[in-house]
Amino acid sequence: MIRPVIPLVTAALLFGLGVYGVLRRRNAVLVLMSVELMLNAVNLILVTADTLRERLTGQVFTLFVIVLAAAEVGVGLALVLRLFRLRQDINTDQVPLDEAAEAPAEPAPALDGELR
Amino acid sequence: MDVLLSVTGLVAVAGAVAVVATKQLVRAGLWLVVTLGAVAVEFLLLGAEFAAWVQVLIYVGAVVVLLLFAVMLTRAPIGRSSDLDRPALPAVLLGAATALGLSALFAVVFGRMRVDPPAPGTAERIGDTVFKDWVLPFELLSVLLLAALVGAIVLSRRETAVAGEEPR
Repeated sequence: MIRPVIPLVTAALLFGLGVYGVLRRRNAVLVLMSVELMLNAVNLILVTADTLRERLTGQVFTLFVIVLAAAEVGVGLALVLRLFRLRQDINTDQVPLDEAAEAPAEPAPALDGELR
Repeated sequence: MDVLLSVTGLVAVAGAVAVVATKQLVRAGLWLVVTLGAVAVEFLLLGAEFAAWVQVLIYVGAVVVLLLFAVMLTRAPIGRSSDLDRPALPAVLLGAATALGLSALFAVVFGRMRVDPPAPGTAERIGDTVFKDWVLPFELLSVLLLAALVGAIVLSRRETAVAGEEPR
């Protein structure tokens, strides 16, 4: 017999640590790592939910979430690299939010318009 | 079974604490491997075989390597860095509130429940479920992956390639 509360509480703690990491960390790569922690907590809950029922829906959704996480981390790291190239720094506290005047100096890639 | 679940859970949480607390970027990535591996073991214990192997292959194999590549490409310092953290109070408050709130909720709702170990979710059964019930989301995911691929390439290429210089 399994007590489902054990993995569920583990997942809750992992999610809390992920929230803490996202709020506490300044470095963009570390923020991404904390996001991975939260996604893993969700996966753990989905898999645990499958033990309560006969079906495999939770595990299928776990696979979907893993694929989403891979896509997210790919795009996220591309953004981080671009930020690093623009500012030589990936400290999220020092990203100015009102950079309209500076933006034309850093033209977006040519493909950008077509993709939107 | 419960003992194994508790032990792997403790390992996962300890790894996660190290990920969010360490002062060294590369070590954070390596502690993340510990956490993800422990979660994969929990998947195995909970009967999710296929999900466990996918977790090992994609998370431990690909995502962590990507994160370490990012650490390398952003020329992170190898030793201790002092400016990784913001002030702790709001993060501690929100993180603890989330963790304790969710834990209390789960403990109250599922505290006394005991279930039989489920039949293992092998690749065959997962494949049946995916291609019977979840075909459309599955196909949408493939499109999403393609979009993410193209987006990542567009975002990370050098936009001002000087004439005569190969854009990297």
